[in-house]
Amino acid sequence: MSTTTRTDRPSVVLVAQSSRWGEKLIHFWLGFCALSSVIITVGIVLALFTPLPEFFSRVDFRAFFSADPWAPALATPSFGVWNIVVGTLNVTMYALIVAIPAGLGAAIYLSEFAGRRARKVLKPVLEVLEGVPTVAYGIFAFIFVTPLLRDNWPTWLPGDLGDAPGIFSSGAAGLVLGVMIIPTVASISEDAMSAVPRSLREGAYGLGSTRMQVATKVVVPAALSGIVAGFVLGVSRAIGETMVVLLAAGASPNLTLMPNESVLPMTAFIGRTATGDISVGTDVYFTIFAVGALLFTMTFLMNMISIALVRRFREQYE
Amino acid sequence: MTSQTTTETTSNTRGHVPPVMAARELGVYYGDFHAVSGVNLDFNRHEVTALIGPSGCGKSTVLRSLNRMNDLIPKARVEGEVTYHGQDIYQPKIDPIEVRRRIGMVFQKPNPFPKSIFDNVAYGPRVTKMKVDSMNDLVEQSLRRAALWDEVKDNLKGSAFGLSGGQQQRLCIARAIATSPDVILLDEPCSSLDPIATAAIEDLMTDLKQEYTQIIVTHNMQQAARISDTTAFFTAGVDEESGKRIGRLVEYNDTSSIFNNPAEKSTEDYVSGRFG
Repeated sequence: MSTTTRTDRPSVVLVAQSSRWGEKLIHFWLGFCALSSVIITVGIVLALFTPLPEFFSRVDFRAFFSADPWAPALATPSFGVWNIVVGTLNVTMYALIVAIPAGLGAAIYLSEFAGRRARKVLKPVLEVLEGVPTVAYGIFAFIFVTPLLRDNWPTWLPGDLGDAPGIFSSGAAGLVLGVMIIPTVASISEDAMSAVPRSLREGAYGLGSTRMQVATKVVVPAALSGIVAGFVLGVSRAIGETMVVLLAAGASPNLTLMPNESVLPMTAFIGRTATGDISVGTDVYFTIFAVGALLFTMTFLMNMISIALVRRFREQYE
Repeated sequence: MTSQTTTETTSNTRGHVPPVMAARELGVYYGDFHAVSGVNLDFNRHEVTALIGPSGCGKSTVLRSLNRMNDLIPKARVEGEVTYHGQDIYQPKIDPIEVRRRIGMVFQKPNPFPKSIFDNVAYGPRVTKMKVDSMNDLVEQSLRRAALWDEVKDNLKGSAFGLSGGQQQRLCIARAIATSPDVILLDEPCSSLDPIATAAIEDLMTDLKQEYTQIIVTHNMQQAARISDTTAFFTAGVDEESGKRIGRLVEYNDTSSIFNNPAEKSTEDYVSGRFG
C-alpha cells in the first residue's frame, strides 16, 4: 500500500515555476517609494543650504547672529536675526504655557478618569481637531481672540505689561497656537499613557493609591518618554506653524518676550516676504534661505534632543 | 450539600479569636456573567489560606473581591458580604482606598513600578502619607522582611527592572509590607517564577505568618499543601437554574483535612490529580 503511493507520487519540483516578474516589480516600486521620501528630504535641505555661502558673502556672519535691527528690505539693510528668533520663541512660549497643562490634563482625564463612553466621544473629537486647517485657527485668532484680549486686558498690571495689545500681539498668536497643538500633545500623551500596562495600575491601587496618585505617580512617569515626545512634537509644530502667526502676531520685529506686543516670528517673515514681490538675487531673496535654514536647524536640534531624552527615559524605565 | 459543608467548616473556625476577614454568600458578576456565587469563608488571623481549584472556578475573582480590586473592572458587581474585622467593606460609606491600604495585594506577574528599588518600596508609605520616622529604615526593614535586602542593599537607587523575576516578586512583597497592611492577598505569586524563586517566596510566606494574615490563590497543589493552614477548594459547575457555568466553593477546611481526608468526592479527585 505505502510503496504504491510512493511510486505514484510525481517527481518533486523545487525550481521556481515562473520568474515572478510582477512581484519583483512591486518590490522595486515599494523600495522606490521608501527611498523617495529620503531623496526629497535631502533635496529640500540642499535647496535651503546651497544659497547660504552667497548670503554670508553679502552679510557678515556676526551681524546676522546679532540683536541689530531686523530690516533686510530697507535701503540700508540690517540683518539681526535674533529679533525674529526671539519672536518665534515668544509665541512658542505662550503656546506651551497653554498647551502643556491643557494637553497633559486632557490626556490624564482620557486615560485615567473618563468612562468608556466619554472616551469614545472625546478621543475622535480630539483627533478631528488635529485636522482643522491652520488658517482657520489664524482667522479665529484674528477675529475672535485678539479683540477679546484687547477688551479684557488686565490693565492694572505694572509697567508695560499693563498696556492693552493692539491689532497684532504675540499673546493672541501664542494662545491660539497653544490651542492648536493641544490635540497633538493630548493625543500622543494619551496613547503613551494607555500603553502603560494595567498591572502597574493595579499594583498602585493595591497599595491604596487614589486615582490621582495612580495617574501622577505611576502612569505619567511610566509614560514619560511618550509624553515628552508629544511635547516636542507640539513645540516643533508651534515653531514651524505659519498661518496663525502671519495673521495674528504682526510684522514688527520687536525683540521682546512680552505678550502684548507685536512680533515677527521667523515663519511669518518667510511667509510675508516670499509672497511679496522680491526679485531673485537680491539680499532679501537670500535672507529667506538663511532664515529657513536656521529654522530647519532649530527644529532638527529639537528633534535630536527629544530622541536623546526619550532614549534616556527608556533606559531608565524599561 | 455544598452549603452544608461550608456552614459546617465555618462553625468549625479554629480558635476563639474572631476571623480577620469573612465572606458571606459572596457572589461576583461581570456584566451578565455570574462568575462565582454563594461563597462563605472565614480567614483566621496570622494564618495562610489557600484558594485552589481548576481554571475558571472563580478563585481569583473571590480574592480580588476581598480588597475591592474588582471595582476597577467596569461592569463587575458583587453580592453578599465581605467583612473585615466585622465591617462590610461593600457598604456605600466605605472608601475602597482605605480598604486596600489595610488589605494589600501581590499579583500574578511581578509588577514593580518604573522607579528605583527604593522608590518602589517607599511608594505605599508616601501615597498613604504614613507617618514614618525614617524612610530609609522602613525601606530596609521591608526589604529585609521580604528576604531581599542582602541582594539589593548596594543598589537601592537602581531600577527595579534590573532585578530577576523572583527578586521583582519579592520586591512587590516588600512594597506591600511597607504600608504595614493587616492582610496580604497573593494572586498566584509564583506562577511566573522558577522553582528556586518559588521556594524563596514560600519560605518568605511562612515567615510572614507571624505578622500577617495571608490569602493565596495557587494552581500548585503541593504549594498549597506546603504553606497553607486552611484550604478552600473551588470548582466550576453548571448552575441548575441558568444552565451556565459558575464558580462555587466546594469545601473549606484545614489543609491537612482537605488533602488527606476530603469530605467531597470532587475535592479528592482534584487534590489527587484526577482532574483539573
